[in-house]
Amino acid sequence: MSRIGVFVCHCGENISATVNCEKVAKITGELKGVEFSTDYKYMCSDPGQTLLKEAIKEHKLDGVVVAACSPRMHEPTFRKACAEAGLNPFLCEMSNIREHCSWVHPKDDLTTEKAEDLVRVMVEKVKKNKALKSIKVPVTKTALVIGGGIAGIQAALDIANCGHKVIMVEKLPSIGGHMSQLSETFPTLDCSQCILTPRMVEIAQHPNITLHTYSEVESVDGFIGNFKIKIRKKSKSLDEHLCTGCGLCTTKCPQKKIPNEFERGLGFRPAIYVPFPQAVPNKPVIDRENCTYYIKGKCKVCEIVCPTKAIRFDQEDEVIEVEAGAIVMATGFDVLKSDYFPEYGFGKYKDVIDGLQFERLASASGPTQGEIRRPSDGQVPKKIVFVACAGSRDPAKGIEYCSKICCMYTAKHAMLYKHKVHDGTPYVFYMDIRAGGKMYEEFVRRTIVEDGTHYVRGRVSTIYEKNGKLIVKGADTLMGGIPIEIEADMVVLATAGVANKGAEELAQTVHISYDSYKFFAEAHPKLKPVETNTAGIFLAGACQAPKDIPESVAAASGAAVKVAALFSNDELTRDPLVAVVNRQAAPVYSACVGCFLCQSVCPYQAIEREEIKSRSGEIIKTLARVNEGLCQGCGTCVALCRTKAIDIHGYSNQQVYTEIMALLND
Amino acid sequence: MQDFEPKIVAFVCNWCTYAGADLTGTSRIKYSANVKIIRFPCTGRIDFMILMKAFENGADGIIVSGCHPNDCHYSTGNFHARRRWIVFRNLLNFTGIDTDRIQFSWVSAAEGFKWADVVNNCTKKIKELGPYENYNKIAVSTLFNEEGTSNE
Repeated sequence: MSRIGVFVCHCGENISATVNCEKVAKITGELKGVEFSTDYKYMCSDPGQTLLKEAIKEHKLDGVVVAACSPRMHEPTFRKACAEAGLNPFLCEMSNIREHCSWVHPKDDLTTEKAEDLVRVMVEKVKKNKALKSIKVPVTKTALVIGGGIAGIQAALDIANCGHKVIMVEKLPSIGGHMSQLSETFPTLDCSQCILTPRMVEIAQHPNITLHTYSEVESVDGFIGNFKIKIRKKSKSLDEHLCTGCGLCTTKCPQKKIPNEFERGLGFRPAIYVPFPQAVPNKPVIDRENCTYYIKGKCKVCEIVCPTKAIRFDQEDEVIEVEAGAIVMATGFDVLKSDYFPEYGFGKYKDVIDGLQFERLASASGPTQGEIRRPSDGQVPKKIVFVACAGSRDPAKGIEYCSKICCMYTAKHAMLYKHKVHDGTPYVFYMDIRAGGKMYEEFVRRTIVEDGTHYVRGRVSTIYEKNGKLIVKGADTLMGGIPIEIEADMVVLATAGVANKGAEELAQTVHISYDSYKFFAEAHPKLKPVETNTAGIFLAGACQAPKDIPESVAAASGAAVKVAALFSNDELTRDPLVAVVNRQAAPVYSACVGCFLCQSVCPYQAIEREEIKSRSGEIIKTLARVNEGLCQGCGTCVALCRTKAIDIHGYSNQQVYTEIMALLND
Repeated sequence: MQDFEPKIVAFVCNWCTYAGADLTGTSRIKYSANVKIIRFPCTGRIDFMILMKAFENGADGIIVSGCHPNDCHYSTGNFHARRRWIVFRNLLNFTGIDTDRIQFSWVSAAEGFKWADVVNNCTKKIKELGPYENYNKIAVSTLFNEEGTSNE
């Protein structure tokens, strides 16, 4: 037997102008199981809510239907009022007789009848509602930050400064990311290292941050507030506690001709190396693929010279397991490889380089100590061509998007070149100049007007070598498409920013979605830009799409705030409108047959496998189980379940069928 | 058939079409009172048993509406709904069920006008088709005479 209360709201005249509210209250008051019904001018007002609360107590109501506006508006209001009167809030439902009835239909009997129908549906539904408890999930107040570039650094520092623990994982031997490779940054031309390295040091010294370099995330299990992560710490062949970072080993290593990744192949490094002088941690690793000892079985010069005996040739990879409540993805981006540009001779001619290589040439700590010298013969190039949109906005290369940062860094490169080579002539081939950003357009203008860079609107068709010069063939579309040929000494391609190699695998490991370009996908392009579809995992920086430094930092701080908000409570509280696998006392009898179709369609990895074992430990049956912490309540699994073993609170099969029957049988 | 007032049930998702229908109300756009909405979390939740249940109980027409492709609040629910519709439409046609009475549409939270159009067009169409008296004949003779999963 139900004791349901029906409360019909006039909403001033918004409802009562077309719906006869008194009649709706009277008719629905006669329905079976309805104990009390009334109508009131403003149900959401204070007196209206008091009326509701008192009726619940006085008539001992075990269900409430408020017929008023959209539940998207006031469902929380009335559920809260019910809870205050001692009624489980999930025993309160709303009939939408304003947006879906009084406002869209004229004043006549049909409109009032429709309102009665809508109320009746909810009365019948409430009878099937269950008292539910909000789901509480404990939170581990530690964040995992994957990636140690500027985005990861910013996010980690922000979270750590909020008083929470941070574990940072960086794939390379040092943190710093692409920003540490840059010479100077647009639009202010401040030195990248000067603004970045203090933050890198802060990461190493922060009491709340644990740094794992030369490490990768191997697996992620669990859910929001309770992730369990396995991290593979690759062997550095070094006892980090003993090493003082004196660098003697790196100078004595006989293997010296390994292309330096940090210098983008423009310089060399030994087999035991620190990626760059300001590296954090400033301790070397042995590159086992190129180390003479690992190849030939003898050498050990580094071990002999090491004053603290820190070298460990037999050190193995270590897999550690950590727990975290939230994860920030800050794995950054990459640039297109040379094999994408056969027409530009990239990879074939030494003097066709990419933007990052130019950064190293222009950097005071780079292979040329900041002098612009071409890689082939070390001459200063007198004529230099910059090609913007190398790959970007080119469906033929599979990259339809704009890489966003190239217009600005190309302008910066041209400016830096002119500042260093006063008698040089820079050309820029471009499609459009996209300089949206504070002081960006002014910066580009300075490059053109003050530094005299020749901007040519058009694309470069081909580059080839002739008599020691690079012949750049293109067209000037502002001059009616006339062909242009420039004899250049060096060419710099603004290659497209692309997702990191392995981004797809990492996304699958972490269980987040990615777009067709393999960039990680945000939960909503506008309103949830740093969240992912997986609760508790956030995005920072260029792993999401090409971003410049200010944008990456802003996104990282945004992600950090989301993490801090998540950590502001000891427990997460969630609406319990989630899926549930029906099971009897002995789970062997559950209707679930363990087909796991539900698992394959769940967008949130909320379906787990539960093994039912006999006393002897034998597995009798494998059932699906819903992880309440992960389930978002979409119900896709319910629709697909072949045996109807899975159902969803609030929209259960029983409730839905009841609603349909109530609606159609008056 | 002039006086025939069809019963049409609309199964809509909470995030797009329900909100879109709210906008129709807020914008005071009028539409026919024949259509009554039942709210679901997502079109992915709507299986064909639900549609059959509506016909069984005397619905003359059905609207299923959710977020546009790629806009699903749960990222993929509406794709599952679409696939299910493509597959089941053939089965329903095969069993003789009038699939013209099922209207599948995408209405976003911003498309108040579109919702009114969907409702009015569907009502007009169902009025032309007349009451769905044939369903129970088909059901009894073929498939659903012993269907008992719902009456718990």
